[in-house]
Amino acid sequence: MIFSAASVAVLGTMFMAMTRALRGPTVFDRVLAVNMFGTKTVLLMCLVGFAVGRPEFMDVAIVYALMNFIGTLTILKYYEYGDLAATEPAEDRLEEVD
Amino acid sequence: MEVALTALTWVFLGLGSILMIVGGVGVLRLPDFFSRMHGAGLTDTMGAGLILIGLMFESGLSAPTVRLVMILLFLWYTSPVGGHALAKAALSSGVQPIQDGEKR
Repeated sequence: MIFSAASVAVLGTMFMAMTRALRGPTVFDRVLAVNMFGTKTVLLMCLVGFAVGRPEFMDVAIVYALMNFIGTLTILKYYEYGDLAATEPAEDRLEEVD
Repeated sequence: MEVALTALTWVFLGLGSILMIVGGVGVLRLPDFFSRMHGAGLTDTMGAGLILIGLMFESGLSAPTVRLVMILLFLWYTSPVGGHALAKAALSSGVQPIQDGEKR
């Protein structure tokens, strides 16, 4: 009962995050919304696993949390450095931030 | 004891759901990228924490509780790292926060 209600709340938050991902003015809004969507997917897996009486879904949730984090950092590094193998930022791509 | 644990589960899951909705509305309605990051961080820390702690009260001392603790610690360690990388990339590519007195 309460698991279903919390699942509906998490699904509403995922809907709002996806709306922001479609409407976001900058690319960083979209990255933020997709990262948030992935975190809520992990929570939804846990909640649905408890609601249907099969907590084994949480193994999938752990793997999905790892994939979500690595994917976010990969997108940001590619956008900022211009190359996934770079060790320092590309000079023509960003101004210095102190 | 069973009734107390069930009541704790209901309280924690209810508070976590309310924080989830609040953070989602913040991501939709706030006027600036950095304030939207604040809303997303709210759901990533307190919303996820309250929901997962409520699920721990439901499952008791068992193997799912260990997995819940692992998920919670992982989220609490990686969400600030992702937020810092996101803010750094946004600042270095020229996204400006709203100053005092501006309307958007």
